[in-house]
Amino acid sequence: MNELVRGLPPLLAAHTELVLIALIAACALSLPLAIAVAGRPRLALPVVAIAGVIQTIPGLALLALMVAIIAGTGGLGVHLSPFGFPPAVIALTLYAILPILRNAITGLRGVDPAVVEAARGLGMTQGQLLRFVQLPLAAPVIAAGVRTATVWTVGAATLATPVGQICLGNYIFTGLQTRNWGMLLAGVIAAAGLAIVLDLVLGAIEHALAQRERPWAAGGVLVALVVLVLAVLPRLGAADSSAPVVAAHRATAKITHLRIGAKTFTEQYILVEVIRQRLATAGIAADVAQSLGSTVVFDALEGGQIDAYVEYSGTLWVNEMKRTSGTPRWRVLVEVEAWLARRGIRSLGSLGFENAYALALPRTTAERLHAKQLGDLAAHAPELALGGDYEWFGRGEWASVRAAYDLHFGRTATFDPSLLYDAVARGEVDVIAAFSSDGRIAANDLVTLADPLAALPPYDAMILLGARVADDPVVACALAPLAGTISVELMRQANLMVDRADDKATPAAAAAWLLRAAHVPDGC
Amino acid sequence: MIEFADVSKRFAPETWAVRHVSLEIAAGEFVAVLGESGSGKTTLVKMVNRLVDADEGTLLVAGQDVRASDAVQLRRTIGYVIQQVGLLPHLTIADNIAMVPTLLGWTERAKAARVVELLALIGLPDLGARFPDQLSGGQRQRIGLARALAARPRLMLLDEPFGALDPITRVALQGELRKIHDELALTTVMVTHDLVEALTLADRIAVMYRGELRQVGTAAELVAQPADDYVAKLMGMAKHQAAQLAGVTA
Repeated sequence: MNELVRGLPPLLAAHTELVLIALIAACALSLPLAIAVAGRPRLALPVVAIAGVIQTIPGLALLALMVAIIAGTGGLGVHLSPFGFPPAVIALTLYAILPILRNAITGLRGVDPAVVEAARGLGMTQGQLLRFVQLPLAAPVIAAGVRTATVWTVGAATLATPVGQICLGNYIFTGLQTRNWGMLLAGVIAAAGLAIVLDLVLGAIEHALAQRERPWAAGGVLVALVVLVLAVLPRLGAADSSAPVVAAHRATAKITHLRIGAKTFTEQYILVEVIRQRLATAGIAADVAQSLGSTVVFDALEGGQIDAYVEYSGTLWVNEMKRTSGTPRWRVLVEVEAWLARRGIRSLGSLGFENAYALALPRTTAERLHAKQLGDLAAHAPELALGGDYEWFGRGEWASVRAAYDLHFGRTATFDPSLLYDAVARGEVDVIAAFSSDGRIAANDLVTLADPLAALPPYDAMILLGARVADDPVVACALAPLAGTISVELMRQANLMVDRADDKATPAAAAAWLLRAAHVPDGC
Repeated sequence: MIEFADVSKRFAPETWAVRHVSLEIAAGEFVAVLGESGSGKTTLVKMVNRLVDADEGTLLVAGQDVRASDAVQLRRTIGYVIQQVGLLPHLTIADNIAMVPTLLGWTERAKAARVVELLALIGLPDLGARFPDQLSGGQRQRIGLARALAARPRLMLLDEPFGALDPITRVALQGELRKIHDELALTTVMVTHDLVEALTLADRIAVMYRGELRQVGTAAELVAQPADDYVAKLMGMAKHQAAQLAGVTA
């Protein structure tokens, strides 16, 4: 609990900073736009419609889209990083435009035409009309729009975690994936609290505007709050070295600091801790960027925003190299490593286990159907339901398994990976696309089906080092000895320690256990 | 002071709001522009401070072609009062009255002195710190009048200024307006659809009908020599109403 509370301030500060900058940018875009189109219905309609369309894009999709757009356009032509803050703040800004724009247009149009006519008759210029009449009178409605946008943005900003931006989403994603409900709640409560506090402060400003009092008092509270969050909170958090903060500065020649990435599932959280603890022993500090999207993390390594993470050979083989199935495990590993080397990325070799896709089903079902390998399912598949994670049904592996074994399931269903094993245990689906290193396969008494046609590619777990640290001897001697030491049984046990409902371990504790159990030789 | 020479305005190709109007208004005159709604009377008056620009003809104000003058500067020299008053609801009465002086860059001291002067003139000396929504309709219209007078214009335009007021307040304000007009030696053009108001208040009455100026003259001239059937009917209506009223009050 204490650890949760200590880890919160930097997340809260980063979250608040992200939200405020996005809101300020959204105001800076929306207000002039609203002023320009408020008097021109023919322009206002399409402008509001476009803002509305942006709003209908799900938050996570908009963030992912920003990563792709920034990466695809060379950082929008100004070398913006497609990782972390830039895509997050741009997506959130776009997200916040609609309520501010719509309210500003409504507010400006709602100004009594008699007042406007009288003001023009007095001899006000367009600018004076705006400054003395239209903006002050529309201010309460505009402020209400900003409040709406604020609450939305605080919520949507939690989705910035997968694109590499530190925020309260780090607690929410990690909590969800490792079934750490305390952590999940801490993230949710902090986000809700932030939304309520910002809403109250803006509400006070709005009230002051509506009462025609000078809103300085409420504005002062807002400024004080921002200073508190941005200046004081990160220092509180800085006392805790395990706080997941990505350092902003770039290290120079001597490597003293690494940034490590992790994808959004338990095994990644444990392995990132394994790396961090090994580096700490070698005297290198490391920050962790958690819960990154699976393509974001590779782009971040290639782009130098992170220095290391654990990847699986088959993921690069299928997603990045666009290769297909049927290649033996050793060969995939060798070709992937050669492909990486051409990109300046070093692989430290297989950690010793695979985390492959495997179709798994309860032992009782398997025995009833006499199913030992994938081909045995073909006859029964039309009566069975298959569950998979978000990616599975869109991935090449599923297509090739289906083709190779002629599998036509009666029903398919998509689950969050953390819920997949429960779904099959409760009988909501009969078969799941499981991960072979997941401890819950054994814990839930599931059996995995063999793949004699090698339709599923191999997924050797491997530590990748980015160009900045690829040739660093201290980093190498800290991490290289991990190769070949982690068996799939050890990994399953470590995963289960974190994933199980009772007697849960933190990823850090599981990593420490794993390092002891794996007997990793001292490198340095 | 004001000279319309064959002025026309169309809002749509075949819809004339004002059609070939020629009218001269001398300095110090009080002219009522009388007509029913849609007669073009408001459009005619708005051309003077260029809230509407004429399509054809010329319009001189104080000898200057209004089309050649800057609209914003022109408006600051002409007092303008509308039926809805249009006080700025977020400003105090004093700030409302001082708006044109503010736009003209007067000093705070000069503005404050002028506000006191005008509040006294309209008989509401203690209301400077209030906000418009704390005032009655009659008080608001008085403030509208004071605001229009703030920068000492020589010319006042009033568009149905008393149309929304109760009869007692209306009559009181009409009297005050005429008094202010005389005391300050203003030139006043007032749009109205109220026959009695036009006949009792103005030096001359300009009758507008369907965009055209049918007749200009004193009340006596209009009654004695109506130029056409419409004006005759209008004046007949006035006599009829007077007779009815005499019957009721006798």
